[in-house]
Amino acid sequence: MQTHKAKRVEITIEAVMERRLTEALDDAGVAGYTVLPVLGGSGRSGKWSREGQVSRASGMVNVVCIVRPERLAPLLDAALGILDRHIGVVNVTDCDVLRAERF
Amino acid sequence: MFACQGYCVGREMDGILALAAENLISPIILFFALGFAAAFARSELSVPEAIAKGMSLYLLLAIGFKGGVSVADHGVDATLVLSLVAGVILSFALPFVAFALLRVLTGLSIVDAAAVAAHYGSISIVTFVAATSVLTSAGMESEGYMVAVAAAMEAPAILSALWLVARAGGGVGTRDSSMGGGLLREILLNGSIVLLIGAFAIGAVTGQEGLTEIEAFIVAPFKGVLCLFLLDMGLVAGRGLRESRGLLRPGLFAFGILMPLAGAGFGLLAGLMLGLSTGGVVLMMTLSASASYIAVPAAMRVALPEAKPAIYLTLALGITFPFNLTLGIPIYMAVARAVTGS
Repeated sequence: MQTHKAKRVEITIEAVMERRLTEALDDAGVAGYTVLPVLGGSGRSGKWSREGQVSRASGMVNVVCIVRPERLAPLLDAALGILDRHIGVVNVTDCDVLRAERF
Repeated sequence: MFACQGYCVGREMDGILALAAENLISPIILFFALGFAAAFARSELSVPEAIAKGMSLYLLLAIGFKGGVSVADHGVDATLVLSLVAGVILSFALPFVAFALLRVLTGLSIVDAAAVAAHYGSISIVTFVAATSVLTSAGMESEGYMVAVAAAMEAPAILSALWLVARAGGGVGTRDSSMGGGLLREILLNGSIVLLIGAFAIGAVTGQEGLTEIEAFIVAPFKGVLCLFLLDMGLVAGRGLRESRGLLRPGLFAFGILMPLAGAGFGLLAGLMLGLSTGGVVLMMTLSASASYIAVPAAMRVALPEAKPAIYLTLALGITFPFNLTLGIPIYMAVARAVTGS
């Protein structure tokens, strides 16, 4: 089966920044992404959990995008513009997709 | 005369203690205490997120609607507008008091102190709801439009905190105009405010007739839902305090108790100047004494991400909220009664 090389970008970011990030991705021409809820975790800023949050202040979400390799740079520029001073993790991995025209 | 002064002060103290004791054994406080204790004991007890959100929507709808009905019954007067203005001024001003107190009592950085200050200028709607419930139990009337005052006090404190940081040369997210516009819109159109004001407006338009239609939904179950919601709040506050108690130096702890008392003092002055009823004065004191843990933390994460959420959330939710709920509200009631002579 024919597959095509792509980049998978996973951004873990504060829930309060989700809309800003997805808007920046839209502006950068990244039309496809998936937002996933995150149950909890721990990092340099301490522990956080989705459970028992009275506000969205401490929650995190995962935004996953798969793009063609040549579209990676504008995507990362857009993401970093939003992350800047905020808590978050960005990681990029190589992946293969079946239908290249969709990315 | 001195004997009388001693007698009167003693009687006042007895009154406060009696009110506090009565408040402490009310179901809403005991459910809060249950949640708090369960969290400290590391119990697995938890309220599903969706149910907690549903209950908070219910409480906002009920309190907003009932406030609106009260305004429909009593009509709109100049005091309503003046109370709104007073609420906005208090919300703008209280962060400066909190900031000064924090700089004296704690070694917090300017950014952390400003973020904490924003929480204490804004309000806790759950504390407000609890205070209205205590007033109802005590048979004390209050102005229905205090709900609108609560909504008006949510946001101005955030601007004061950002100004405090900007003045000190700190980074503020609002320097980015798109983020600033977005942030302001998010604050002003915060879901809680929209529902509270919307329900208030619907209550004011439909009046007693509207209340009769939905009374079975928003009046009778109110206290039961509040109990369950406060159980969840107890769990959240207890967990937060358990995880962050290492942060709580004596100065911060003292601030968490002193600032609500100072805020209540300003609320008392405003209530008296406005000529509010005793119940209204209690609510103005409660609003000024309470600290936000819903709208402001989210705004601070966007605008002041360098500020440590563990500090402001622990103070607002782990110290000030339980204090207001257990001792603060009875103190404000006793003081308001003593001052207004009712």
